[in-house]
This record gives sequence, C-alpha cells and structure tokens, in this order.
Amino acid sequence: MANEVLVLAEQRAGNLKKISLELMGIGAELAAKLGADLTAVVIGNGVEGLAKALGAAGAKKVYVGETGEKYYNTEIYTQAVSDLIKQTQPSVVLAGATALGRDLTARVAARVGAGLATDCTELRIENGKLVMRRPVYSGKAYIELESTAPVAIASVRPNTYGPAAQDASRSAEVVKIDVKAVTPRAVVKEIVKTAGDKPDLTEAEIIVSGGRAMKAAENFKILHEMADVIGATVGASRAAVDSGYAPHSMQVGQTGKVVNPKLYFAVGISGAIQHLAGMRTSKVIVAINKDPDAPIFQKADYGIVDDLYTVVPLLTQEFKKLLAE
Amino acid sequence: MKIVVIIKQVPDTETKIKVKADGSGIETDGIKYVVSPYDEFAIEEGLRLKEKLADDSTVTVVSVGPERTIESIRTALAMGADDAIHVNDPALEGGDSLATARVMAKAIKDHGFDIVFAGKQAIDLDQAQVGPAVAELLDIPQVNVVAKFELAADKTKATVSRRIEGADELIEVSLPALLTCEKGLNEPRYASLPGIMKAKKKPVKQVDLAALGFNASEVGAAGSHVKILKWLPLPERQAGKILKGMETQAAVKELVRLLREEAKVI
Repeated sequence: MANEVLVLAEQRAGNLKKISLELMGIGAELAAKLGADLTAVVIGNGVEGLAKALGAAGAKKVYVGETGEKYYNTEIYTQAVSDLIKQTQPSVVLAGATALGRDLTARVAARVGAGLATDCTELRIENGKLVMRRPVYSGKAYIELESTAPVAIASVRPNTYGPAAQDASRSAEVVKIDVKAVTPRAVVKEIVKTAGDKPDLTEAEIIVSGGRAMKAAENFKILHEMADVIGATVGASRAAVDSGYAPHSMQVGQTGKVVNPKLYFAVGISGAIQHLAGMRTSKVIVAINKDPDAPIFQKADYGIVDDLYTVVPLLTQEFKKLLAE
Repeated sequence: MKIVVIIKQVPDTETKIKVKADGSGIETDGIKYVVSPYDEFAIEEGLRLKEKLADDSTVTVVSVGPERTIESIRTALAMGADDAIHVNDPALEGGDSLATARVMAKAIKDHGFDIVFAGKQAIDLDQAQVGPAVAELLDIPQVNVVAKFELAADKTKATVSRRIEGADELIEVSLPALLTCEKGLNEPRYASLPGIMKAKKKPVKQVDLAALGFNASEVGAAGSHVKILKWLPLPERQAGKILKGMETQAAVKELVRLLREEAKVI
C-alpha cells in the first residue's frame, strides 16, 4: 500500500473552499518529499463533481463520501474520515484550520490515535518526518511538533500557502467511500449568514481594521468604502468592539479572530498586545495613526502618521485611480 | 442536572512570553496566572443554567494542572460553582491535549455529567483540542464555538448557535453533550466578596492518577501522540517605513506606490 498524504478537502454548499486548494499545494510538496501519493477526501451532498478540480490540483486519488445531508455533521464526518484513515494509513493528513477543520480534526485524532497539531503556519519534512510549526500564546512564540503516532494530522491556517496550480490534463481516480449510518446526536438545522458576501476575516486576503480612534460606529463607513474598492473585509480592535462601534464578530485579536491576510490596515489602532496577537502573521502591515508613539508603528511595514479621517478617504481615492488603470 | 465546567489555568493575556535560550520552553518567572478567558464564558453559562433550572442542579469545575491551579479553581468557585475536582499528578507533566483529555474525561465520568461546558480554546497553546477530545472519549456529541445556548423544556436537548466563517450554524443537540464557549455567549460575572469568602470552604477533590485508575505510561509525555521539538521566539521584524511630517496627499500617494511597487500587494 502506497503511503499517502491525505487532504481533507472542504466544501460549503457544493463549492470547494479556497483552503482546499491551498492544502493541495503544500500537500503536493510534502508528498513529493515523502515519496507518497497525494490524495484527497471530499464529503457532502452531491460532491463527486469536485473530484475533477482536486484531480487537476494534483490528487492521484479522490475519496468521495456522499452523505445525502445538506450540512456538515461532526459525527458523520468523523466516522467517515476515521474509517478512511484506519483503512489507508496515510502518514500525513492535512485539513484547514477553519471552523469545520478544527471541529473535525480534534475528534478524528482522538478516535484514531493520531498526533494532531492545529492552526499550523509552516509544514516541512525533516529526516522523513513531518515537522509542524504553529503559533502559541496568540502568536507571541512558536512551537515545532512532530507526531509520535503513525498518523500526523495538521490543520493549516488559511492564506499560509498559495493555491495548487490547476492543470486540467491531470485527473484523479475516484474512490467512493462508505459513509456509515451514524445517527448523529447533534444536527445543523439551519445556517444563518451573519456577514455579507465578503470573505470571512479568517480567510480574507486584505483586511481594513478600525480601532478606538474611530470614535463611533457610523465612522466605520469610511473603512467600508475603502474596503469595497480594494476587495477587503473590515475588522475591528477589541477597544472598538468594547466601545460598541462594531460587533464581536468583527473583532481581530486574542479574544477575537486570528487573521492571516497578505495585507492588513490598522486604522486608529494603538497596537495593544491583545490586538497584535490576532494579526501578527499578516504579510504586510500598514498603520495609520496620528500618534507617532503608537506601538503599532513598531510592528508595521508601512505607516502614515496623520489623522485617519483625512488619510482614509484620500487613500480610497488613490486606490480607485490605481485600480482603474 | 450535573453541570460540569472544564477550566484551565493560563498566563494572563498581558504576559510577555520569553522563550528560553535553549528552546525548551518559556521563562515562567513572574507570570501571573488566570482562568483562561474562554473558560470564564463556560463557568458563567454553567451558573446561568443552574440558576434557570432552580432545582438541585450542581456546577462542578474540573481542571487538570499543577499545584497553582487551585487559585483558578477558587476563582470559579467564588463566581458560584458548587465544588471542584483538581487532577494533579507529576506524571501528567508534558502531556499533549489527548493525554490531558484522557484524564479529564475519566474524572468527569467518575463524577457523572449531564452537560459539559468548556472554553473554545485555552489561550496558552491555542490548540482547541481538549474539549472535542473529551467529548469523543465520553462518547457524547460536541458543539464547538457556541455563541448561544438554550436548553429545551424537557431538558433532553438544547438549541445552540455555533460560529463559523461568516455565518452561524443553528444546531439541535441531544444531551448529554459537550459545548465549547465563544466570547459573546454571555458576560461573565465578577466574584463578589461574600463569594470569595464562601469559595474557601467549598469542597475541592484532589485526584491523582491512581485515583483515576491510570498508570504513568498512559498519560503525560509517555501517553502523548505529539512531541514538542522546540520553542521558537518570534523573528525580528525589520523596521517599517513610517511616513510622517509629510503633506497628507503626498504621504498617501507614496504609501500606495510602496504597496504596489515594493510590497506588491495591491
């Protein structure tokens, strides 16, 4: 039996999530180093069609589990994935550090006795073994782990790796897997959207966050205007959330969301440890604050020391011009 | 109902984390320890449930940790929990989430449970693993990242709302179940002075491995499936380009140019 690197491909409403292709990208790299086959598993309702995209992204084999259920279910997915792992014994299993991935991998690891590292920001092979790097203490330090069990499971933070190249000439063997009749004791009845069509903060490539200096909920309007121009999602600091300027679902930080965009704007945010903990891994950080001593400037790659109420609208205008070119 | 709340003692969020020079861990001198913030939502939800039921229901706090953990247990008792189980044994040292969940689950099972609340993750290692692993080991359903909770009138199930990306899942879960709590679920109370006084007299059961029926090879580093190879400090960040004292329009133009030409992110 060939060794496998198995990607848990995530879909919502029949659409493959971006993280799934990111996992295929790093999965291919790890599989090549291990001399293993890259495979993927996709579970859901009417998901067989997704095998094509996963094949084009490099999967040699795609395991397809049809649940006949509209929504994700912890117990059904756990059973199906655990059975598959027991049967195929992959040395590495990759999942997204998403709501689904976090929920599923913890349960699967406990069931099959795998070594799990959640929320990884770097994976590499050393001496034939997977080394998993992940932030701890909300990004104030890192640890590197390895699995001491035969199966290593890593959940990977979205936006950590680029998506796998799609090559339509590649295709995967489709293997149907049994989704056993588990009678789930927790069932999703409905999914209620809480955000618009913008990507969630945890998945966004660009984020514009406002802090205490926004002074009022209605002032977030200028951030939304800028965000719309550059395709960003709007976030907030804890100070802004605690002051009632934004809902908790928008909070970036230690007790909010941990984000990993390629570009992060901290607008009127001083840069408390609490906030830095949630956005420190952003590839490029831009700070806009009129206080030159604000700690955020020590973490920023770029910054403007000036009044946000004049800077942000001008910035929106400049981005508009640039993107119209 | 037997309401159980899992808590963990962690360094305060303001703690500056310093990795030891040899990468074997962090410097622990001077660290102030607190109840992990998400666990406070779990304690609060347990207390609210008990208050709502207004019967002979009890709230029991369970924590695995060294000697000092008792301070955090007392905090939970001061908030209003009835009693606690403190699992403490030198052999637990170095255990991963699954090894910890194993002893946690056994302690909960021995005590009995109808519902278990935990934080969505502890804010030290941020793994978010112990809660679901305990649910698996107790063979009960889990709902993670719960932002709303309501017990059904017949007390056999609950309706909960779980946060996912850009949406909430409305879930019906049968009891017993384990729920991990998210900020926004409630506003945790502060311990009152009489509460703090009373907490000193509340029963805390000290439990070691033998009491739980484990041997040392099943827990701690020996019973773990992952091993920490090393700890790493954050890489130094290069000083950024901060534009100041410039005319606003010029600074904005320069920033946009840098983002496009140098950082290549727009």
